Amino acid sequence: MGERGMNERVRKLRKQSVEAGAIIDMERAKLITETYKKMYGKVSTPELRALCLKNYFSGKTLYIGEGELIVGEKGSQPLAAPTFPELCCHSIADLNLLNERELINFCVKEKDFEFQENEIIPYWGKRCIRNKILSHMTKEWKECYEAGIFTEFMEQRGPGHTVGSGNLYKKGFLDYKEEIKHELEKLDYINDKDALDKEAELKAMDIACDAIMILAKRYSEYARELALKETNPERKEELLCIANNCEEVPARPPKTYWQAIQMYWFIHLGVTSEINPWDAFSPGRLDQHLIGFYRHDIKEGILDENKAKELLECFWIKFNNQPSPPKVGTTLKESSTYTDFVNINTGGITPDGKDGVNEVSYLILDVMDEMKLLQPSSNVQISKKTPLRFLKRACEISRKGWGQPAFYNTEAIIQELLNAGKSINDARLGGTSGCVETGAFGNESYILTGYFNIPKILEITLFNGYDHYTGKQIGLSLGYGYDFDTYEELFDAFCKQIDYFLDIKIRGNQVIEKIYSEDMPVPFLSVITNDCIKKGKDYNAGGARYNTSYIQGVGIGTITDCLAAIKCNVYDNRKFSMKELMNALEQDYEGCDYIHNLVCNHSPKYGNDDDRADDIMRAVFEHYMNAVNGRKNIKGGTYRINMLPTTCHVYFGEVMIASANGRHAHKPVSEGISPDKGADTNGPTAVVKSCSKMDHLSTGGTLLNQKFTPGVVAGEEGLMGMANLIRTYFNMDGHHIQFNVIDRKTLIDAQNHPEEYKDLIVRVAGYSDHFRNLSKSLQDEIIERTEQTL
Amino acid sequence: MITDIQKFSIHDGKGTRTTVFFKGCPLRCKWCHNPETQNYKRQLYFYKDRCRGCNSCQEVCKHQAAFFTQKCVACGECVTACNYSARKICGRDIGIDELVSEIMKDEPFYEASGGGVTLSGGEVLSTDMDYLLKLMQELYKNGISVNIDTCGYVPFDRIEKVIPYTDTFLYDIKLTDSEEHIRYTGTDNKLIIENLIKLSKLNANIWIRLPIIGGANDNEGHVNSVAELLKGNEISYSRISLLPYHNTGSSKYELIGYKYPGNDFYTPKEEDMELLKDRMTELGLVNVYIG
Repeated sequence: MGERGMNERVRKLRKQSVEAGAIIDMERAKLITETYKKMYGKVSTPELRALCLKNYFSGKTLYIGEGELIVGEKGSQPLAAPTFPELCCHSIADLNLLNERELINFCVKEKDFEFQENEIIPYWGKRCIRNKILSHMTKEWKECYEAGIFTEFMEQRGPGHTVGSGNLYKKGFLDYKEEIKHELEKLDYINDKDALDKEAELKAMDIACDAIMILAKRYSEYARELALKETNPERKEELLCIANNCEEVPARPPKTYWQAIQMYWFIHLGVTSEINPWDAFSPGRLDQHLIGFYRHDIKEGILDENKAKELLECFWIKFNNQPSPPKVGTTLKESSTYTDFVNINTGGITPDGKDGVNEVSYLILDVMDEMKLLQPSSNVQISKKTPLRFLKRACEISRKGWGQPAFYNTEAIIQELLNAGKSINDARLGGTSGCVETGAFGNESYILTGYFNIPKILEITLFNGYDHYTGKQIGLSLGYGYDFDTYEELFDAFCKQIDYFLDIKIRGNQVIEKIYSEDMPVPFLSVITNDCIKKGKDYNAGGARYNTSYIQGVGIGTITDCLAAIKCNVYDNRKFSMKELMNALEQDYEGCDYIHNLVCNHSPKYGNDDDRADDIMRAVFEHYMNAVNGRKNIKGGTYRINMLPTTCHVYFGEVMIASANGRHAHKPVSEGISPDKGADTNGPTAVVKSCSKMDHLSTGGTLLNQKFTPGVVAGEEGLMGMANLIRTYFNMDGHHIQFNVIDRKTLIDAQNHPEEYKDLIVRVAGYSDHFRNLSKSLQDEIIERTEQTL
Repeated sequence: MITDIQKFSIHDGKGTRTTVFFKGCPLRCKWCHNPETQNYKRQLYFYKDRCRGCNSCQEVCKHQAAFFTQKCVACGECVTACNYSARKICGRDIGIDELVSEIMKDEPFYEASGGGVTLSGGEVLSTDMDYLLKLMQELYKNGISVNIDTCGYVPFDRIEKVIPYTDTFLYDIKLTDSEEHIRYTGTDNKLIIENLIKLSKLNANIWIRLPIIGGANDNEGHVNSVAELLKGNEISYSRISLLPYHNTGSSKYELIGYKYPGNDFYTPKEEDMELLKDRMTELGLVNVYIG
């Protein structure tokens, strides 16, 4: 074993990355606007998009920081965030907000305000995708959107939500160009009515290949230039290596471990500069992709364990240097974070079904442990074959309390993929990305389309379709809560409202997908996504082998407790009437202590392994799942559900009055599939049992947050307790679990003295964030999430 | 009578376990952190800080005993009358079927971890033996490992009866000196030591637990005499756990209207615990752990 801990180089780079503030970078906006002005109408849309990328990569400012080993920035320097006016053209008010808001702030330079006003807004203000989308949405859609029934992912950011496969490390862009050329030659203009579209797409892909190679070549030259000026012989040597690496990749496949990482990094820049896709892009099963290079280089004597770790750490810092594209409005609320959701999978099994843990897997765990960075999110896949040593090491890091790594169930992921129609090969190559979303890496476009506020549907149901937040009638008129004589009648009406709102959401989705497929192709991402070249079809138009659209259900804990409280108190035991309850909800329980006490303290709650509540959870879940799963999207794929919240459960709570589980007005609803806060009083095994009654394998991912105070998982017993909890949950088909191990006192202190806790990272939803960057209500929520002190 | 069923117990024997706390104990240890398990009868918990003085508890009380008078029979009427969760009943008779099914809920965790059930208290072996034996036989049939957490202060025939169904005895040694034992726990330790020797001779699996109480037995003399006791009597055991005192139980005294008798005790320092552990190892004892 080499020495532990970051070395001086990594320490400096990390410090720079952690301390720099995010800024808005107008260079991309400038260069792509230039391209649009010059080429719009003269070339096909895919080619136009590819030319934008090429122009940006040909003209953008290069950056090689002191001591860096992996090079390339999306903007002109670390933490510089390019804008994407073709999707979302920020108004001056938006820029002011970004510049002035305390949380998730982006500094905007004086001259950039002017540039936006004089150059960007006049061109993009009316023609950006966001405008087009909103103008095509129905009145019903807009009313639901404003009421917080659902959110819309593609309103400010592009679809992406995908992850690279092992091919990224095996093919160079010259190889891709050959494949493209071959497909172009094969086009059948006589019999194939789509030949012309395919030609446009393939030509665009070819330009996109050139774009990334131009960027690498420029970096190679720049590194050589710096090497010439460099006086320190060691650094000179490094710069020359960097120059050589950039000459080799991404044009040709990587030959060394170092080049493999640099290869991925160029691709990452390509995907995230072409458009601002959700979840950026991810290197996939990194340990398995790197292990061949690692073993080769060690054998050749050109790499040792320390160097391998250092390179990974430099790589980690590059991710952290890229704040997620600036968001505003509802989109900011549903995802209030700098994190861009890169998610690295470690462990799991190999394509031929063997245990996938290798030397690089352990290195990655060490890197996670030492770096403690917001980005990338790192997770471990735990399979039945995963050695206990690996699981325990991951638990050891996780119990330090900053939320990483998260734990995923390999067998569940594979089964979920098989259930969704993937081949066993593609399933074994898959994993999770974003927060918890299951995907067939390299072969699938799996788009999150928006969150769906399940508890709010009950509120709408009780009040005959009326929404208190907007003061509008937005749902069906099926009668008031007190008109339903039985629980079954109420539940039936609730289900009808769910179906009604889902139809509105899906209709909107179809239109939006269509707009993206025609106006916003992504030729670069299409090059590296399997089958797009062969089909001559864009990623956004169904080019990938599999095409899934997800709608994420939020608030299953809250809705379960609401229905359980109503069933128990109103229908079964007749402790109070529905009218009294509805009055209490409208009064926010003011003066209704009797009702509040009964619903809070004397009703069954989800998260306690109590079938009285858990059966209701299943009923709601199954209705939601059946209403979504299997419906067709426009890309030849289907809709599926997953159950995750990011930070949307806070927003969804804001738009609601009090709910029947005792939750006060505007307070957050439950997150993921976790029980509502304070509802689980039977300890973590009961939580996990309740959660496992949901059919995880029919979803595309579920998210369970489990918070411990440090004492609970201290010592060897604590570690084993954690490991066993994970194993058992996974034996019962649980998809994901993550831990926050922090005591309440620490969090309250951090809330009061944010300056003293700059480093405090907590697990929020499918990602970790700096506690000080969370809104007060989200902080409160994390503080209140049940602490299991058993 | 049972006060609590605690799942995900990871400190009461091997693996992930469910600990069942029985009500009633023959000892009165001054450091006891489960005072609600001392008395054999149901009791009322009252959370003073949650009370808003609305008097709805008094209105429903048939015994004029809403605030801890002798007359309180812990009927529980006031618990549901309170809108602020200020009241709870401690102690519930649970039928064997119900208890077994509650325990079986966590079976997947026992299976993955080699865990099971720990019957604790109070003193579980001072409970109704028919009930206890039936419970243990039922668990045995279901293949669930059962640990007995005991202070040893019961007639030996009670211990003997449960041996066939017991995986491990978690056996407390609090003090070796008889007078000291009386002073701190209210009883003599003669029976406890005799029982331990007998149990060992019957080849039961024993896990010795030594509560280390700052100000009472956190000294080398104590561990020396424990070592002498174990070695001198050739007690066979699989593990010795040194359990540092903590005062987290002290807040519970007030809830049941008691005064905490352990204010003078303190939590031994980590390094002192290490010293005691090292000392035991020096004396030739094996498998000594803190916790």
